[in-house]
Amino acid sequence: MEGVKIVIVGGFGVGKTTMVRSVSEIRPLNTEETMTQASVGVDQNAGVANKAMTTVAFDFGRISLNEHMVLYLFGAPGQERFRFLWDRLFAGTIGAVVLVDMRRVEDSWHAIDLLESRGTPFIVARNNFIAPRYGLADVREALTLSEEVPLIDCDARDRESSKQVLIALVSHAHALSSARGAMS
Amino acid sequence: MMRWGIDGENPDRLYTVTGGRSRAEGADLDLVTLIVSEVSPAPGMQSEHAKILRICRNPTAVVEVASVLGLPVGVVKILLSDLLHEGRVSARHPSARGGAQTSDAELLKKVLVGLKNL
Repeated sequence: MEGVKIVIVGGFGVGKTTMVRSVSEIRPLNTEETMTQASVGVDQNAGVANKAMTTVAFDFGRISLNEHMVLYLFGAPGQERFRFLWDRLFAGTIGAVVLVDMRRVEDSWHAIDLLESRGTPFIVARNNFIAPRYGLADVREALTLSEEVPLIDCDARDRESSKQVLIALVSHAHALSSARGAMS
Repeated sequence: MMRWGIDGENPDRLYTVTGGRSRAEGADLDLVTLIVSEVSPAPGMQSEHAKILRICRNPTAVVEVASVLGLPVGVVKILLSDLLHEGRVSARHPSARGGAQTSDAELLKKVLVGLKNL
């Protein structure tokens, strides 16, 4: 048995928990991570007292892929103040789905920046609770997203749609990994 | 100002649970490292340790253990490192990136097949 993970990152109310719920075999569980003192130095709130501790809750779900492999899905808040959590969630992840809606595009910028600088494979999925007013090309422009990053539409409430998002991410990660293998 | 954002949690209790430690020494535990009990809970064991041994009769990820116990992940990692040192649990780490056993591409292929079969 081994565990693998995918992170779904996005702003408040964009549908992370909904997506985790729609594809997971368990009701999404919730837990907390505490920011250690070591992280305090790099936190934006440099003025806080040394011993201050922040905790942040996050959701996760589980999918048994086969008898040897369990996939964990993590929903991570997208605002930059949660950066300390991203480092832990993104470590060793297969890749990330950046879930966006057009109301708060700026909530995704920092996450996209960080994923790019870490070299973590990611795709962007636009969650359409309501019919989109803009084309995907507009979304790509608003996010200043490079052409290599897949951008797709989805409905996080729908199991099949959410599954397709995960498949798109893993396909992308696999293509990147195969390309690296071919070069080395 | 001390701000312990753990709703309804008593910091003194967390302090007691971990014996005053704030980080897990020597145990490199990821959120999805699977933990398996090697022994049954014994009388006189710290209750959190006993609970972990019960939860991990089947391989259970660190993050799930934290969720079931209702404790922050950092605290649970400390408890798990105790149990690991004592050999009461074992840890199955996620496929190491670039590790020997499975290449990334092979691993991703398996995940992809698994997802498509859902």
